[in-house]
Amino acid sequence: MSESQARGKPAKLSRRVKAMLWSMLVIAVGAMVAPLAGYVYAASAQAQEQKAEEANPRAEYWREVRQGTAGYTAVTGQETGVLVQSGGQVWREVRNGPVTTLGAIMVVGMIVALVVFQVTKGGAKLEHRTGRTVLRWPMFDRVLHWYTAILFIILAITGLSLLWGRYALIPIMGAEGFAAWANFAKPVHDYLALFFTAGLVVMVVKWFKHNVFEAQDRQWFKQLGGFFDGSHPPAGFCNAGEKAYYWLLVVGGFAIVASGFFLLFPNLGFEREAMQIANVVHGIGSLVVITAVCAHIYLGTLGSEGALEGMVSGEVDEGWAKQHHNLWLDEVKKHGQAHGEGESSGRSAPASA
Amino acid sequence: MARMKFLCDSERCIECNGCVTACKNEHDVPWGVNRRRVVTLEDGVPGEKSISVACMHCTDAPCSAVCPVDCFYTTDDGIVLHDKDLCIGCGYCFYACPFGAPQYPQKEAFGVRGKMDKCTFCAGGPPADNSEQEIEKYGRNRIAEGKLPLCAEMCSTKALLAGDGDMVADIYRERIMKRGTRPQSWGWEKAYQEDV
Repeated sequence: MSESQARGKPAKLSRRVKAMLWSMLVIAVGAMVAPLAGYVYAASAQAQEQKAEEANPRAEYWREVRQGTAGYTAVTGQETGVLVQSGGQVWREVRNGPVTTLGAIMVVGMIVALVVFQVTKGGAKLEHRTGRTVLRWPMFDRVLHWYTAILFIILAITGLSLLWGRYALIPIMGAEGFAAWANFAKPVHDYLALFFTAGLVVMVVKWFKHNVFEAQDRQWFKQLGGFFDGSHPPAGFCNAGEKAYYWLLVVGGFAIVASGFFLLFPNLGFEREAMQIANVVHGIGSLVVITAVCAHIYLGTLGSEGALEGMVSGEVDEGWAKQHHNLWLDEVKKHGQAHGEGESSGRSAPASA
Repeated sequence: MARMKFLCDSERCIECNGCVTACKNEHDVPWGVNRRRVVTLEDGVPGEKSISVACMHCTDAPCSAVCPVDCFYTTDDGIVLHDKDLCIGCGYCFYACPFGAPQYPQKEAFGVRGKMDKCTFCAGGPPADNSEQEIEKYGRNRIAEGKLPLCAEMCSTKALLAGDGDMVADIYRERIMKRGTRPQSWGWEKAYQEDV
């Protein structure tokens, strides 16, 4: 009994051990192989996919159409081989969306801000009128200014009519009335653009020398031009704000003129994509400059008493010059005498002296 | 009310340009203006496909959305038309349209384009139906006479379908059912074998 028991025990044990080892092996191999089934599945899925792709050449065809691939067409002209161009939808979203609405918020916001400033704080008063004047803007500069200014205002009104007229003017003028105005405004805008460009270019070149940033301009920005605390930061012929305005006109003006060139000459073969981009650049550039011009008009009239005289008669009061452009006045005085009337001295004095 | 639609069956279009010619002739469309055109992709390669395209009379028409003078309107039949008396020829509708449908009689310096012209689904424009003024500005008004667009009517293979969207869809669905399964199981390969 004890013997057989002793014999049976190890035999049983070894069978058990064997079974255990085998099953462990099966589990181990199974654990390694089973995940590989994923590859089989993936491979078969890929094969199926490939088959599906092969099976539908039409999908390829429509994909090409959708991507704007040009085909052959007997009809002559630009982009006639393109069945679908998607850029128009993007342009529509941008132009009818942010350009129209944010542009309106920006321009109207600026006007509202200026009105609020005028009502609550008021423009800078001329502190001390001396009665003596100095020449600030010679005749040529004044003519150049008003020539460009008037053209700018005409272009802004006609241009904004095309952007906002549908929402702002059609309800007032009616469809026919507005169309009549737009039919007039469009060619006016298109032809006067050329004359405005000429004025802008001469202006940018002629007044470059006044608008190079100098050391004292940092002080002007630090005091925010003295608009809010009534201080008078030092300034030469142009203060830092005017210089910033000048450079905004340089950059914005270039954007407007360059993009306008595209829009103005469809006969030169620009395609739709170029027109869409040009239109958005033209809109954004114009709206930014129009916003700045609103501020400029305010600061040249109500915002700074005595400033407008310089652009009308060419002469500004010495008190005004001392208040707003002290460094320039010092320079003028160094080179020549300020005077009661006439145009013999002032900025041009060194040349004639 | 019907909702008018065009559909071009690319499996049937043989690029004969009959639709283009029919349109030009019916409406006396001026030289340089093409209300409809046929575009062939992979031209000359076996399996090339042609599509006849014109104004698709979109439900949410981009041309209409960007028009500064709001001169577009959609008829009760879902046809997108425009008023040439209001149009200022700014070109915006052409920039926005996915299909290149808006056309201009001129394209000159200083943005001179003339009044925009496009497919009217043979439905004319704002003036009285088939009045002299309507024919002069927009072409014939076949819809007012109870007829369908001539391009589709004259299509030799009936690839180009025009009419109520539901009916057009039914015809097309029936064709697809008859053709059965995948596109390569009929057409060129089936008729002439692959290597021909």
